[in-house]
Amino acid sequence: MTPRLKVVSPGTLACIQDRGRFGYRRIGVPQSGALHSDLAWVANSLAGNNADTALIEFFFSGPTLRLEEGALRLALAGDFSAELIRDKVKRTLNSWRTITLEAGDTLQIGPVMSGKAGYVAVSGGLDLPDVMGSSATYLRGGFGGIDGQKLLPDSPLAAAGETLDPGPDQQLPRSSDLASLGLKQSASEQDLPTCIRVILGPQEDYFTDAARQDFLTGIYKVSQESDRMGSRLEGPILVHHPDKNPEIISDGIVPGAIQVPGNGVPIVLLADGPTVGGYPKIATVSSVDLPRLAAMPPGSQLRFEAISPEAAESLLRSHRKELAELLSSVEPLELTGIVDMKAMYNASLISGVMDALEQPDVFEPPEIHP
Amino acid sequence: MKKPRFLNLGDSALTLEFGDRIDQQLVSAVSAFDTRLMQEKEAGRLNGVIETVPTFRSLTVIFDPLVISRSDLQGRLLLLLEKVETDNRQKGRHWRLPVCYGGDYGPDLESAAASLGLTPEKVIDLHASQTYLVYMIGFLPGFPYMGDVDPALHMPRLTEPRVRVPVGSVAITGQQTAIYPWESPGGWQLLGRCPLALFDAQRSEPALLGPGDRVEFQVISEDRYQELVEQTLENSLDFSQFLHKEVKT
Repeated sequence: MTPRLKVVSPGTLACIQDRGRFGYRRIGVPQSGALHSDLAWVANSLAGNNADTALIEFFFSGPTLRLEEGALRLALAGDFSAELIRDKVKRTLNSWRTITLEAGDTLQIGPVMSGKAGYVAVSGGLDLPDVMGSSATYLRGGFGGIDGQKLLPDSPLAAAGETLDPGPDQQLPRSSDLASLGLKQSASEQDLPTCIRVILGPQEDYFTDAARQDFLTGIYKVSQESDRMGSRLEGPILVHHPDKNPEIISDGIVPGAIQVPGNGVPIVLLADGPTVGGYPKIATVSSVDLPRLAAMPPGSQLRFEAISPEAAESLLRSHRKELAELLSSVEPLELTGIVDMKAMYNASLISGVMDALEQPDVFEPPEIHP
Repeated sequence: MKKPRFLNLGDSALTLEFGDRIDQQLVSAVSAFDTRLMQEKEAGRLNGVIETVPTFRSLTVIFDPLVISRSDLQGRLLLLLEKVETDNRQKGRHWRLPVCYGGDYGPDLESAAASLGLTPEKVIDLHASQTYLVYMIGFLPGFPYMGDVDPALHMPRLTEPRVRVPVGSVAITGQQTAIYPWESPGGWQLLGRCPLALFDAQRSEPALLGPGDRVEFQVISEDRYQELVEQTLENSLDFSQFLHKEVKT
């Protein structure tokens, strides 16, 4: 039986994403793909999927999903918890784990506690059409994902296959340092400006020395005007060089490019942003820091630090290595019946108690009957 | 080939800047090098290069720095540049695209004509009598940046950009002309509308036009426009009827 997942409520803004669409920028088609690609990787890895499998991305409050038929394993990545309603009993689950749903189960996901993005992967993936090599939703163009639209109540979400004999659910080790990997933020970090490393250029010479200085020393805030196309920043106004035009003959853009139009207000362009643009780009966000910047909610503070492309490359290499190590340490979610004291002190009392509430998992039969 | 400037576009892209003008010579240089890189990539000799983006005056090369380092890539590109000659022969297809000018289809035709000191008929005539080069596709999927517009038609952008430019709008600004493949905000002057779908994600080639294509406009009546719109909606349009029959060399 093919499991059918019903969207009971879609949350604020949820859509289907994957790693993105490549090779079509030359005809103006952006890459799209998960804004926080690292979180998407974690979700897919927990679900036992390839890193490029399509999954649900959501911002702020998450969707509520009900499994109508079959059995299906979902994986949750992001700083949020979820409520599982099974046999009229509600239990709170932490993310960073899988949950194998039975027919009739309802899962209320979110809201996100730090950052704005969360991901729900489906073991075995979703049954979606391929549009130019990807299932990523490009909302502006109305294609990809489910009819090019965000998740709506009753959007069809067909799993590509049933989760048979899945074994115990999986989780990231609870000792994992998720904050240092940029997967979540601690409360103390949220009050401080996040350091975002950038590579200057390609048009840093279009700005005065003072503007470049302001850019690298000032504190910026993510404005309300931020979506999958880009984030407008509030902070020091960046003055263009008097000898230069605040417009250029359009050239190529990649996600992370920081464009500064004539008004001096920088915009970081993201996954769904335009492929070319006519404003000078003072800098481009490093690949290692782009996921966390892209998923920053409005009001978050940040500051920029310039690094060389070579430094960015080696940071990316070691970040990917650390993330791969974390993902290779995924362990079965088996509880011993005693609350993990270390986790309680490391995380918070609440999540320790949540884990204690999860104990019924252990006693579920491994075989799932629809 | 003259060596372009290498500009850093983050840690995973390089922009090779051949110049900073809108110029057919520059486009030829960009296109020749782009073609060369695509050949290398298809032959499996450019591991780590994900895609390239040709523009008016530059070529952006997007790569995976964990597969090919920036310095290695730069070295490879410099070597390839030595071996490429700009090819000025016309490539691409030659289109004759139908346009219904004026009225609701081209709400800026009258005001543009007035400010240029021309009659609306003369504006249509000047716009439709030129063959344009597609300089690049970008900004939005399938959006063709075309030139060069007759100097007598050079117009600035609208001071108040429209919130909603209808899909298919044929517009001008400065030396450029374009067809909006999507409803979108826009500040160009709208002269008319083309009934063909410039972009359709379901087509094997989603974008109708490509860089290097040549485009002429053919004046059509409102009736013909509606007829073509219906055929577009029915998906029954044969695009080859809009291609110029040219003698193959």
